[in-house]
Amino acid sequence: MTNETKQTLVIDEEQFLPRREMSNLERWLGTDTYRALRGMVTNPTSIVGLVLLGLFLFIALAAPILAPPISSNPYQIPRDGYGSVPKPPGTLWNSRQPELPFWWKPIMGTDQWVHIMGTASGQWDIYYGVVWGTRTALQVGLLITFVGAAVGITIGAVSAYYGGWLDMVLMRITDIFMAFPFMLAAMTLSAVLTPVLGKGLFPPMIALMAFGWTGFARLLRSDILSVREREYVLAAQVIGVKDARILFRHILPNAIFPTLVLGSMRIGSYVITFAGLSFLGIGAEVGYADWGQLLSFARAWMTNLGEYWYIVIFPGVALVLFTLSWNLVGDALRDVLDPRMQGSR
Amino acid sequence: MVNYIIRRLLMVPLLLFGVTVLIFLMLQVLSPVERSALYVRDIPRNERVLEGIIKRYGLDQPVHIQYWKWLMGTIDPQTGDRQGGILRGEFGYSRTASQPVAEMLARRFPASLELALLAVIPVIAGGILLGVVGAVNHNKPLDQFVRIFGIVGWSFPDFVFGLLLLMLFYANLGWFPPGRISDWANQIVQSPEFHNYTQLITIDSLLNLRFDIFWDALRHLIMPVITLAYLWWALTLRVTRSSMLETLRQDYITTARAKGLSERTVIRRHALPNGLMPVITLGGNTVVGLLSGVVIVETVYNYPGIGSAAADAAVNLDVITVLAFVLLNGFILVMANLIVDILYAYIDPRVRLD
Repeated sequence: MTNETKQTLVIDEEQFLPRREMSNLERWLGTDTYRALRGMVTNPTSIVGLVLLGLFLFIALAAPILAPPISSNPYQIPRDGYGSVPKPPGTLWNSRQPELPFWWKPIMGTDQWVHIMGTASGQWDIYYGVVWGTRTALQVGLLITFVGAAVGITIGAVSAYYGGWLDMVLMRITDIFMAFPFMLAAMTLSAVLTPVLGKGLFPPMIALMAFGWTGFARLLRSDILSVREREYVLAAQVIGVKDARILFRHILPNAIFPTLVLGSMRIGSYVITFAGLSFLGIGAEVGYADWGQLLSFARAWMTNLGEYWYIVIFPGVALVLFTLSWNLVGDALRDVLDPRMQGSR
Repeated sequence: MVNYIIRRLLMVPLLLFGVTVLIFLMLQVLSPVERSALYVRDIPRNERVLEGIIKRYGLDQPVHIQYWKWLMGTIDPQTGDRQGGILRGEFGYSRTASQPVAEMLARRFPASLELALLAVIPVIAGGILLGVVGAVNHNKPLDQFVRIFGIVGWSFPDFVFGLLLLMLFYANLGWFPPGRISDWANQIVQSPEFHNYTQLITIDSLLNLRFDIFWDALRHLIMPVITLAYLWWALTLRVTRSSMLETLRQDYITTARAKGLSERTVIRRHALPNGLMPVITLGGNTVVGLLSGVVIVETVYNYPGIGSAAADAAVNLDVITVLAFVLLNGFILVMANLIVDILYAYIDPRVRLD
């Protein structure tokens, strides 16, 4: 090939492609990430989700300021006596009043601390439970999702990449775990584990992790199977790249996004299931700052719920909004990351 | 097709084997003393008697022998009778219900079945219809409403929703009471003149021409049915909507429109059959979701079905009862998935060739 013919093959791309201004931020983040991020902050549903999520993060971080703890264990809800009849919001603290938060006096102008959201039977302070319950919900949701996703991703990746009998065995094990309705499996395993580990957060959390990984494994496996057939993977294999490197550098980054979206959607449903177990009386102990545990007080007052509405409304709204925020973010994330949806919204 | 069904049927024993192994492993976490509830009604306090029972039923033998005995039952050396064995329908004794687990499940099952059956109707009618309506009117206000309903519904825990309904319609308005049936009606249902054909009170009362009892049973069922249904309603709606949106983007839909078919025909004849495929997959999950959803819903409404019994047993750590319940559910799930898969292959030929 002479020098002259080479020249003619060079096409000036600038001439054919429409020119588009790129901001510095876009250049720095890369076009895809930039587009995804821009989608997240311009989509109304995801904005609502992100704002709600920010609010919960703030409450969780500021819990010691919003509701100063009374004992060395901050997750223990303080109680105002032992009476069984719930008291409405605004009732004054009678006995064993916790430390007054510093913002209370400037705003309300009094030194008297009240039950902002009333008390449940046993005089547990609902406001305290809702504030510190935010920490419980975040911890429980994130930890279960993290462990579940880690186990699921490992199993799904190994299964898809190596295939053959290993894939067969791992997927049949996944099938067996999926043969149980999730909530029931979690309920059963935590009932089995409670005598061994003692009553508390651990039995239901371990139970949720034990049955929560299957969805991640299935999803990632099928995504890897489609990515594995692409030319760049073949190219990497041809030039002798190691298995682990192909898997972690070339396949996983291109197959992981749907799994991440699933993770964000799962946080909400794990928190719901965990709260459901607490509501039944299997999870957190009575008096532990957990929304489901607070809601379980309502079971004793079915005929009087009209009067004692605050036992249901405050922790219930917290739980619904928390789940909603993760689902909204997950939903928007899916739309933004799914290339087929581009331009359709 | 036959090939596919045979291949799929071969999976069933494997899955059921796995299910029993997993349950059995959970059972092994219990001490031999607690496991003796599989065979005897009351666990004795006397240690020597206890040791005798553990020896007699082989609760200290190697794991694989115990598994076999758990499945098939064991022969009592003193009487020569075969006792226990889940394959023979003997799941042991329920501490919380003070009777054999199988008897308890059989007695309470009709109440839960009635609840679940009634909940299927709104799920299918409401979920599929709204999903299609949302997809056809993509990005119009109606679609936005459907979309928001779907995502908010999916975020609403069933027990919070149930408590809110109770607060509004029972505590405040007094319209729909909790429980399964009022006391006066229960006396009539239990009386010898009332024929219990199906054990489902709504159907039996109609067959007995007792419309007052039918109305009473319905009043008790309305809130639990809505609570049980709406979650799957929201999910069915979301799946239907996104699947229909996907289908409506296909080329053959454009072709159908281009050759001048009416929009109605395009959607009914060309889009719906393909767009509803994923909904069939969801169908199997829904059946099981409804059956397992009864645990929370029955607890919220004090409804006397198998779900509230299981929840009660779980709280009191009556593991023998809970494991029997979850085994039953695992069995139903495996069967439901089998039916769904075969149905799917029947409708979509591509699946059979896989």
